[in-house]
Amino acid sequence: MCFGLVATPPVRYNRTTPREGREPARIMTEIAARHVGQPTERTEDLRLLRGRGQYADDLAVSPRTVHAAILRSPHAHAEIVSIDAKAALSLPGVIAVVTGEDVQALTDPFLVALRQPLHQWSLAVGRVRYVGEPVALVLADDRYLAEDALDLLSVSYRELPVALDPAEAAQEDAPLVHEAAGTNLVSVRDFSYGDPDGAFAAADRRIALTTRFPRHSYMPIENFVVVAEYHEGDGAWDVLANFQGPYSTHPVMARALRVPGARLRLRTPRDSGGSFGIKLAVFPYIVLMAIAARMAGRPVKWVEDRYEHLLAANSCPERVTTIEAAVRDDGTITALRFDQLEDYGAYLRAPMPGPLYRMHGAMTGAYDIPNLAITSKIVVTNRMPAGLVRGFGGPQLYFALERLIQRVAVELDLDPLDVIRKNLIPAHAFPYRAAAGALYDSGDYAKAIEIATGDGRLDDLIRRRDAARAEGRLYGIGFAAVVEPGMSNMGYLSTLLTTEARERAGPKNGAISLATVNVDPLGAVSVSADCMPQGQGHETVLAQIVADQLGLAPDEIAVNLAHDTGKDPWSIAAGTYSCRFTPGTAVAVHKAARQLRDKLARIASNTLNLRPDDLVFTGARIQARDNPDNAVAFARAAGVAHWAPATLPDGMAPGLRETAAWTPPELAAPTEGDHINTSLTYGFVFDMCGVEVDPITAQVRIDRYVTMHDSGKLLNPLLAEGQVLGAFAQGVGTALHEEFVYDSEGSFLTATFADYLVPTVNEVPRPEILHMESPSPFTPLGAKGAGEGNCLATPACLANAVADALGIADPQLPMTPKRLHALMAARDEPAP
Amino acid sequence: MRELNGAARHRIGFTLNGRAVSGWAEPRLLLTDFLRQELGETGTHVGCEHGICGACTIRIDGRAVRGCLYLAVQADGREVQTVEGLADPDGALNALQRAFRKHHALQCGYCTPGLLMSLTDLFARTPRPSEAQILDVVGGHLCRCTGYAGIMAAAREVAAEP
Repeated sequence: MCFGLVATPPVRYNRTTPREGREPARIMTEIAARHVGQPTERTEDLRLLRGRGQYADDLAVSPRTVHAAILRSPHAHAEIVSIDAKAALSLPGVIAVVTGEDVQALTDPFLVALRQPLHQWSLAVGRVRYVGEPVALVLADDRYLAEDALDLLSVSYRELPVALDPAEAAQEDAPLVHEAAGTNLVSVRDFSYGDPDGAFAAADRRIALTTRFPRHSYMPIENFVVVAEYHEGDGAWDVLANFQGPYSTHPVMARALRVPGARLRLRTPRDSGGSFGIKLAVFPYIVLMAIAARMAGRPVKWVEDRYEHLLAANSCPERVTTIEAAVRDDGTITALRFDQLEDYGAYLRAPMPGPLYRMHGAMTGAYDIPNLAITSKIVVTNRMPAGLVRGFGGPQLYFALERLIQRVAVELDLDPLDVIRKNLIPAHAFPYRAAAGALYDSGDYAKAIEIATGDGRLDDLIRRRDAARAEGRLYGIGFAAVVEPGMSNMGYLSTLLTTEARERAGPKNGAISLATVNVDPLGAVSVSADCMPQGQGHETVLAQIVADQLGLAPDEIAVNLAHDTGKDPWSIAAGTYSCRFTPGTAVAVHKAARQLRDKLARIASNTLNLRPDDLVFTGARIQARDNPDNAVAFARAAGVAHWAPATLPDGMAPGLRETAAWTPPELAAPTEGDHINTSLTYGFVFDMCGVEVDPITAQVRIDRYVTMHDSGKLLNPLLAEGQVLGAFAQGVGTALHEEFVYDSEGSFLTATFADYLVPTVNEVPRPEILHMESPSPFTPLGAKGAGEGNCLATPACLANAVADALGIADPQLPMTPKRLHALMAARDEPAP
Repeated sequence: MRELNGAARHRIGFTLNGRAVSGWAEPRLLLTDFLRQELGETGTHVGCEHGICGACTIRIDGRAVRGCLYLAVQADGREVQTVEGLADPDGALNALQRAFRKHHALQCGYCTPGLLMSLTDLFARTPRPSEAQILDVVGGHLCRCTGYAGIMAAAREVAAEP
């Protein structure tokens, strides 16, 4: 199946309203940014603080609904010999038991990005491949009964050898996770840009290190929820789920269910209790509950519990990276070589292996390094399937790259900050084409670092370090410079394929955003759009944008982002992920509001006998620029389009409902030479910190943390700060606390919040946040993605500080007391 | 003491946010499920069902408890307060809720009801809590969105109000 898109020429971006016969000229009415850029308090809070949110589990369901519970595999790898459901089915209140045989008969395996036989259904078929894999589904009158019935299901397994460690699983003699694939190493791709071999041959030094980025998840506090109903009459499903996109997964679900997309109506609720990438992974359960609803002839509701979520919902991939730099003695890096082995667990769920390729065009980070070699390898193991986790490939890259920068400084006896500065992309180089194809839109990295280190901030860190060390304490300083991508090119994943395979499949590129703004007959404005907010405050920001365009107040704009694939605008890029809101959906809303404004200006110009260009929209009025008394009420002008279509200017479509589409031309398909502009906007983050390690407990205390952000134009500084604070806390979790742990047989050891440590307030200091604004020239609003920066920067920055504090070369994540204690003990051992 | 039959449903009544409510519950039914499914009061959220995340925190007879570690039948005859009961009688947000909004102390809002109830409990018994007391209470909750900075700022502001 081809979801390829043809590149749209730039001239068409201004507007697209197919219902209108012809394109009116752009009207240059005056627009004042009264609300965009303000730290407006959130409208969402007014319901959430009262306990009146509308989360998936809060919404009413049909009285015919039955409730599901899932039996999960206790084995990491085993054949399913038999499933006996007789006792479960005899329990009063139990309606049905669904097994892999049903799923195999009624659905197709999920599409996989690789051309490899890695078949996954929504329940295990014949074999289980990770602890926690769904094996059977029970439907009952209520959830308590369904869980009772799970205890009565009898499954007989024949255990198989397991492949757990990524490097061992990649060996030829490893037990096979998917026998049909013939190997666990299911993809190996080599890339070369510039002349890496020449640069390494000519280098003064070659400096290398190996990093392991661990499995974890920024799991939301709300678990997965699915309510599915099958309508026999039209052969269609109606599903409510707290799905987050990307909607490129919708065709994957529809294909699995063997229906055209229009027969899988997917609705998402207005509120979602966090996601951070994770709620993409609800999609196999959407298919499972859809099948169960069809079999039962009744709506099915499933609410995941925390145990299930920790055990089997989602993990970031584990990545083992060997990175090597070709270096001159002065610290200039002339080439980088990456060898990346990424573990995706038991199945390659769509859109995996995204994390391995999402940063591909930008692998050289904030540095002007012309020569680059990359080997990217994908391995499958008997662990839970990997998926989206905030940062999405960025944390894995920057942990290796920024650790390497610190090692270069240590090996050459240079100041790490000097190595960073020496290699930074210069301000005059923007827009800058990175070695592997990313087109960085704007920035001044040196200035950002100057601001961050200025005002005595760096001096203070050095003073603190020197004072601590003078007392024999273990204190270190760390830095990290990070380029933060926003809005993914939907073509980036095809870099995974060879040029020939890409040609056969058809080009993939772009990132379409869609939004609709509506004005009703009394002038009330409403907005719907293709995003699934999970706490980011999209309703508030979109109201600010529309209010500016139409001369209204934000609280006059009704934004409800509950989404319905049957009725609301969407395309494959829809969703809230990879920082696509500000460069994507917000732009589409801006464009739709502008189209309405142009239309209303033409209507008002008739009424007022003025040229549209001479009108301003302000205070719910449309008035003459130089005579505020010559005005028509916004509501009255809006009414004309509804009540008196015959009086509208020639060629104008009646009604006031505009849908705008936006896809930026910079997001081109991969070139023949595998150059790919992986994202549209590229922000910059510079972090520095001081940490102290306790010599007895080996606990890391963050003494001072400074984080500098350039995310282009900030649409709402209050909400941007919230994104930074949240990402920072998650970065602290990655650095110091969070890891999914398996034992040698593949059993999962971190299935409660007592075992999997999410940082509390006591572990998360408040960082000092600084901003500068280099507006993006590639989006009309100038705003860049801003939600992931500290997930990328903070683990690397803290690791560099700990490495500096302890004088160690290999701080592995998470830097738990146990791990650090072992490193400190090894360091302190006398040489034999 | 009232005798309960494990297989039967029992009539349970209590005062919820100042109003008498009642419904039916098996002895094993969690209070969170009773509030949400039997009474339709969905403001109390379920996050972990093992007492750690704190999203389900409510007050019973003036003490903060985890709703997920409490059986519905245990609440019979008691005073229960949930997030829906926090706003002023005229419907306006109370001081703590306003401070949460001002300091962007919530994003997805899922953990928020529990934090509001724990802090309400703190302020009810300690109107001027110290920083350490606030940390102790907020430290009993998991929030994935905010990094806790806004929550702490909001709590400090309420603690400093005359």
